Amino acid sequence: MKRTIAAGALLLATAFSSSAFAERNYISVVGSSTVYPFSTVVAERFGKSTDFKTPKVESTGSGGGLKLFCSGVGDATPDITNASRQIKQSEIELCAKNGVKDIVEVTIGFDGIVFAHSSKVDNVELTRKDIFLALAKNVPATDGSDTLIENPYKTWKDVNPALPNTPIKVLGPPPTSGTRDAFVELAMEGGCKQFPFIKDMKKSDKNKYKAVCHGLREDGAYVEAGENDNLIVQKLDASPESFGIFGYSFLEQNEDKVQGAIVDGVKPTFDNIAEGSYPISRSLFFYVKKAHIGVIPGIQEYLAEFTSPRAMGEDGYLADKGMIPMLESARKEVEANVKALKTL
Amino acid sequence: MTNQTMTTRAKVERSMGRRRRAESRFRTYGMLSIAFGLLCLVVLFGNILSKGTSAFAQTVLHTEVHLDKDYLGLTRQSSEKELMNGNYEGLIKQQLRDEMNVTKRSQRRDLYSMVSVGAHWQLQGLVLDNPDLIGDTIKVDLIMDDEVDQWFKHDYPQGIQGRLSDVQYQWAMQWVEAGRLETRFNTSFFTNGDSREPELAGVHGAIKGTLLTLLVTFLLSFPIGVAAAIYLEEFAPKNRITEIVEININNLAAVPSITFGLLGLAIFINIFGVARSTPLVGGLVLTLMTLPTIIISGRAAIKAVPPSIREAAFGLGASKMQVVFHHVLPLALPGMLTGTIIGMAQALGETAPLLMIGMIAFVVDVPGFITDPATVLPVQIFLWSDSPEAAFTERTSGAIIVLLGFLIAMNTVAVMLRRRLERRW
Repeated sequence: MKRTIAAGALLLATAFSSSAFAERNYISVVGSSTVYPFSTVVAERFGKSTDFKTPKVESTGSGGGLKLFCSGVGDATPDITNASRQIKQSEIELCAKNGVKDIVEVTIGFDGIVFAHSSKVDNVELTRKDIFLALAKNVPATDGSDTLIENPYKTWKDVNPALPNTPIKVLGPPPTSGTRDAFVELAMEGGCKQFPFIKDMKKSDKNKYKAVCHGLREDGAYVEAGENDNLIVQKLDASPESFGIFGYSFLEQNEDKVQGAIVDGVKPTFDNIAEGSYPISRSLFFYVKKAHIGVIPGIQEYLAEFTSPRAMGEDGYLADKGMIPMLESARKEVEANVKALKTL
Repeated sequence: MTNQTMTTRAKVERSMGRRRRAESRFRTYGMLSIAFGLLCLVVLFGNILSKGTSAFAQTVLHTEVHLDKDYLGLTRQSSEKELMNGNYEGLIKQQLRDEMNVTKRSQRRDLYSMVSVGAHWQLQGLVLDNPDLIGDTIKVDLIMDDEVDQWFKHDYPQGIQGRLSDVQYQWAMQWVEAGRLETRFNTSFFTNGDSREPELAGVHGAIKGTLLTLLVTFLLSFPIGVAAAIYLEEFAPKNRITEIVEININNLAAVPSITFGLLGLAIFINIFGVARSTPLVGGLVLTLMTLPTIIISGRAAIKAVPPSIREAAFGLGASKMQVVFHHVLPLALPGMLTGTIIGMAQALGETAPLLMIGMIAFVVDVPGFITDPATVLPVQIFLWSDSPEAAFTERTSGAIIVLLGFLIAMNTVAVMLRRRLERRW
């Protein structure tokens, strides 16, 4: 008993001293859950093919990651944060306030957001306007006047007579998710802008414009299904009438169960997203703390691995995991910028 | 008089039926509740076992690989570093290509993707163990990619093509007919750390992380908990302050575990600067969580030691200290240990507090010490359940089986300890 306590105390003492004073010898990555599946693949390959330790990757969400990233410099803070959107001005300021001044931005590729449904029914063709009308909290009045009313639509047929007569039920991510932000900005706002009087609102009352275009209905037609996209896929499989919103990589891995709706005449396929013709797609990024390069071993090599053609290239292993790679010329530019450690 | 006794008796007899019925009704309710509980358990276990057992099998391809000296550019005398850097990946691809007679570029990609990216680490391992193999033709069971693995385990018995492409399906059927495709026990599930490739992902890292975290938890919570229990029960004066302490310990046992995570983040990480995602900080947080359980069960165990033992010891002239440590503690220890094991079993299943301190992380390297980044089993389950690859579904259930195994083992130890060491007075 006494010996156990003594051994325990000794063990903890050494642990505390080593953790408090020894430098971290592995890369610490935090950030977006959308980039997580890609960043982990690179981390694993990097760890297995070099003498460096495998980087640790945490999935904290884009916002949470940037908050940690900007909390300061030193080995208690992460070296890299993944983001499914670009860093905001307010976040750059927060970083600067805490002494994080030189940040390297790396664009890694694209992710399409799909509006998917079960493979058991015929492929549905939607426009962004349909999506907006079906999901917005307030929609333009049905009589054609320039007023807003609470969303009256119950079925897809109400929205657009060409659509099936099934109730509107969409499973999507919660507000903390980057996928939700991107969906709202690209799909909802994209459809919303097509009403001239709402578009004019952008100049006159920007806040109201945002509230109208970004507001999702809360009467049960849009269901927040949590961050677990596998769950959404399972639910779609069980109820063929519902739709789900998630990243392209989940569609690609579950093509036997679900298919992506055609949006604005374009099907969410690898090629269409890479070309940029599919309307709901976004860029993925990660940000690197320049002050940590040279202090934490392996960061530069990790960046080189990430931006290399075998990872990020058109036939690279990230493409196999469902990321949509950028054009070769754009990738070369990113690779060169990363090599030169060009800061924001 | 007789009339009256008759009526009482008649009354009792009349009510007898009603009372018996009430009793049998209650028995039925009780049995129904138990049956419901058991049914839930059976459904849960059945579901997990039916989904998860296939995770313990892995599809392999019997292959003969010629370890070509010239292609690898290696000799039997090559240094370890040279052996490590050999192009085994290319070697496998080349031999597969020649064997299946594939020339078209798109088909080549299809073919390469059927073998796991981990297959070349297999070859690398074999060569590193025995450099004399270079130049020989060896028989290996190459690990197949998760798509082929899933097809062979689930779709092939039903005779469907599944997610394989037409040409991949043809090759796979060729291999099956030649008897080269086989499932074998998935040892790598227990020897590998986490991976983004389902066929390479294993629970070793998570198990090690769990053990290290629990070790820290045990080393801290057991001595502190026992000391607190002894002091409160034997030495502390009974007054307002100890009463408040007692109430608060009971309250603490009911605090939602995520709160401890927030506390851990604020105190251990932000103030003391303990590294995130390590078993050390995980163990510290779980210590906070298990302490109340240990203190409460410890006090109960001390209370159960009959006063006659204390009085006898005092009567022989023992000091308070001697009474407690020589007589009370040894008798109370089995009960305390049981409480500790139950507390540890609770800690084993926790994810919520670990969420806040960065243990929800992708960690490939198996942790060796309490300051290495690590995850624990429940977190591993959570991470896999969220992965896009369909093959992770069965890994998730597989990991749940492992976790349940641990829980059952710990609870069995607790029951056995209680049986063996318990004394009745």
